Amino acid sequence: MEICQRKGVIEISELDPFLSELLRQIPASANPGGAPAAEQRLFSRPITGRESEICAEWKTYVEPELRRLFQTATQTVAADLEQLNGNEKSFANRTLRIPSKHADAWLSALNQARLVIAAKNNFTENELNDHFRSPIGSRRDLSLFQVNFYGFLQEFILREMWSD
Amino acid sequence: MIPAKRLKQGPIAGITDAGYRSRFELKATYVSVFSMSCGPWQDGECLARSEETQGTTRVLSENAGTITTAEPTIEKETRSEEELDLPWYVVVHNDPVNLMSYVTMVFQRVFGYPREKAERHMLEVHHKGRSVLWSGMRERAELYVQQLHGYLLLATLEKAG
Repeated sequence: MEICQRKGVIEISELDPFLSELLRQIPASANPGGAPAAEQRLFSRPITGRESEICAEWKTYVEPELRRLFQTATQTVAADLEQLNGNEKSFANRTLRIPSKHADAWLSALNQARLVIAAKNNFTENELNDHFRSPIGSRRDLSLFQVNFYGFLQEFILREMWSD
Repeated sequence: MIPAKRLKQGPIAGITDAGYRSRFELKATYVSVFSMSCGPWQDGECLARSEETQGTTRVLSENAGTITTAEPTIEKETRSEEELDLPWYVVVHNDPVNLMSYVTMVFQRVFGYPREKAERHMLEVHHKGRSVLWSGMRERAELYVQQLHGYLLLATLEKAG
């Protein structure tokens, strides 16, 4: 896989089927899907302690806004990922072109996905820092690889944003 | 025309009958400062005026009588409710998932901090588990926390004290 930015486009090329599939899973992975831990992480409390009034207002007014914000980002990413659909080249390496103006949406969707996966799997900090763990093994190992792969993409996007 | 006349000082608080004029003196315990040098007016003549004697101000009026208050003090600008609410802290908590570079970028965007300052706060979060990013009025603090949640950071409001 190669990744570079040129002419307002972030280009991820030489994507093998495995990584293409991981990318395709970003929108689905960002969905907490009713998992309380993931839901609580995406929509965390705005205050520590007992300020039930603030929390109630937050749930009523802020949470719906945040849901919309997160959903808009994942929809943008899902639309970009349609480039990877289709069977005719399913075993060939692919190229994904992401408009630079979608960078924020990608950062958000990747972050949502990473947080949801981490919350669902209850990863420890040590596990999350183990970047060399093989994805071949348990489903948990694959999830950890997914978190790290999405983190790598985030880092690249961020670096490109700094350089602009 | 009845010119305003200076009245003799009567009781501190009460009404005395002084012929055709009534006189009312009030010793205020809570002074809300008002300014009245002369007024109201009628046919070009002032019906009331103020005089100051030994730390009290007396408003003399042919019709309304006299109101005596304590020496006017310059009213200090009182603190608004919002100011009384000060301060609320915007606290960001450590999170093993969010990338350090991402957190730095968020601090720059939300608070407009230069990169060095944003990085200092990010490192404080990383090493100490939390960092106070901002303090001030509740409404603005809530807005910051909302923005930080929009970037998926663990942020809370905390009231000082």
